[in-house]
Amino acid sequence: MNTTRGFTGRPRAARPGLPPGQYDAGDDWPVLSAEVTPEIAPADWTFRVGGLVAEPRTWDLAGARLLPAAGYAGDIHCVTGWSKFGVRFGGVSLDAFLDAAGPLPSATHAVARAHTGYTANLPLADLTGGRAWIVWEYDGQPLAPEHGGPARLVVPHLYFWKSVKWIAGLELLDHDEPGFWEQNGYHARGNPWEEQRYSGD
Amino acid sequence: MTETATHTAGATAPTPPARFAVPGRIEVNGRVAGTWQTATLTGIRRETPRASTFRLAVPGWAGHLPGQHLMLRLTAADGYRAQRHYSLASAPDDSGHIELTLDRVPDGEVSGWFHTVARPGDEIEVRGPLSGFFAWPGDRPALLLGAGSGVVPLMSMVRHHRARGLTVPLRLLVSARGPEELIYAGEFGAETTPVFTRTAPPGTPVGRLAAAHVAPLLAEPPAGGWEAYVCGSNAFAEHASRLLVAAGQPVDRIRIERFG
Ligand SMILES: Cc1cc2nc3c(=O)[nH]c(=O)nc-3n(C[C@H](O)[C@H](O)[C@H](O)COP(=O)(O)OP(=O)(O)OC[C@H]3O[C@@H](n4cnc5c(N)ncnc54)[C@H](O)[C@@H]3O)c2cc1C
Repeated sequence: MNTTRGFTGRPRAARPGLPPGQYDAGDDWPVLSAEVTPEIAPADWTFRVGGLVAEPRTWDLAGARLLPAAGYAGDIHCVTGWSKFGVRFGGVSLDAFLDAAGPLPSATHAVARAHTGYTANLPLADLTGGRAWIVWEYDGQPLAPEHGGPARLVVPHLYFWKSVKWIAGLELLDHDEPGFWEQNGYHARGNPWEEQRYSGD
Repeated sequence: MTETATHTAGATAPTPPARFAVPGRIEVNGRVAGTWQTATLTGIRRETPRASTFRLAVPGWAGHLPGQHLMLRLTAADGYRAQRHYSLASAPDDSGHIELTLDRVPDGEVSGWFHTVARPGDEIEVRGPLSGFFAWPGDRPALLLGAGSGVVPLMSMVRHHRARGLTVPLRLLVSARGPEELIYAGEFGAETTPVFTRTAPPGTPVGRLAAAHVAPLLAEPPAGGWEAYVCGSNAFAEHASRLLVAAGQPVDRIRIERFG
C-alpha cells in the first residue's frame, strides 16, 4: 500500500452501504452529463421497447402512468465518486414495459437510448426482476430536467451513468453493444461494489 | 411485427434521431486508464490565493489529449483512500511531467491535503488519462467557455494550440469572480476574453457571461463551425450551454464537463 505522507482523510465512521472508493454526497445531487440539458415537454416524451421482442411497443407519459405504480427507495452511486443515500424515485417497474413487449428468448442485452441520442448498454438480466425502473418523480415531485425529466431509467445497483436520463427506448439485442461512455473507456457493466469504473477494472 | 401505440396516436414515434454522438476520432486506451501509477510531486506554483498548480513526474504517463482528466488517490496510514478527478492543465508533451491545478475547496479532503500538506517529493497515485469525449486534439475550431477551475482543461487546449503553433481558430471566454481569482491570468493572450462577475479592473464591466459575449463569435463562425467546450460548475454549465444554443450553436457540437 502506498500511503500518502500526512494524509489522514476526514474523520469518518464506517458507512454501511457505501461502495469502495465512494463518498457520501449528503444532500447534494451533482449533475453529471456531458450534453446540453434538453427541453422535452412531458406531452412529447415517449418510451419505446423494440429490437428482439414479440411486439415493439411505444408509450407516452399518460400511457406509462396507466401501468402499476412502482418506485425505488434506496441509494445511488456515481462513477465520479459520490453516492447518495435514501433517494426516492416514483414511476413504473421496467418489468411492466418488458412484459408488454415480450422479449424473445434470443435477447440477452439491451441498449438504452436517450431522446438526445446518449446510449448505455446493459445485460438484460440487470434490467429485469424488479431491479430497474422508468421514473418521473423524485421525492414526490416531477423529475427535474437536469436530472433526466420528464422521465429517466434507474438501475440503482449499477453506476449511475447506466441510468439513462431522458430515456427514449430500449433496444433488445442478442449481443453486447457498448454505449456512449463504454466507448469512451468506461467499464461494460459498472458494478459499484466491484469498482468496475473503467475498462480494465 | 407491428408497432402498437399503447395510449394515444401521438405515441407512435420511432426511435428518435441521435443528436449526441461519440466523436469516433478519439481512442481511449483502456489498459492504460486502468492502471494506477505513482506520481512524484516536483513543484507547486501559486496561481491565485485559492488555486495552485501541482507539477507531477509520472514516468509511465502514456500521454494525453487536451481536455482529458485523470483520477487521483491519496491513501491514509489506516488504509483509507480518497479519490477525485482532476483535469490535466498541461499540454501534451514529452517532459515526463503533467500539471494539475487545484482550487482550494473549504474543508476539502483531497484539495485540502494538496494546499496545506503537499510538498515536492511527495508521492501520490494517478490513473489515466480518462474520457475522450471532452478532448480536443486540435483539429477543429474550438470555442471554449469556462468558469473558476473549469478553465483548467481549456487551458490545456490553449497551451496545446500555442505549443504546436496551430492556426485553427481558438477562442476562450473565461469567467471569474474578480481579477485576483482569474487562474492563469498572466498567460492569456488575444484568444481570451475574461468575464468578471463581482469585481473588475477600472473600465471593465462587471457581470455574468451573457449573450453579448457569445453572439458575435457565433455570428461569424469559422469555416466548418465551432466545436464548443463548456467547463465549470453545473450552474455555469447550464447557463453557458443555454447561451450557446440560443446563439445558434448546434447541441451536438457542445461538449460539457461538469465538476459537480
Ligand atoms: C471530470 C472532473 C474534473 C475535475 N477537474 C478539477 C480541476 O481541474 N481542478 C479542481 O480544483 N477540481 C476539479 N474537479 C473537482 C474535484 O474532483 C473535487 O471535487 C474537488 O477538488 C473537491 O475535492 P475535495 O476532496 O477537496 O473536497 P471534498 O472533501 O470532496 O469536499 C467537497 C465539499 O463537500 C463537503 N463535504 C463532502 N464530504 C463531506 C464530509 N464527509 N463531511 C463534511 N463535509 C463534506 C466539503 O465541506 C466541501 O465543501 C473535477 C471534477 C470532475 C468530475
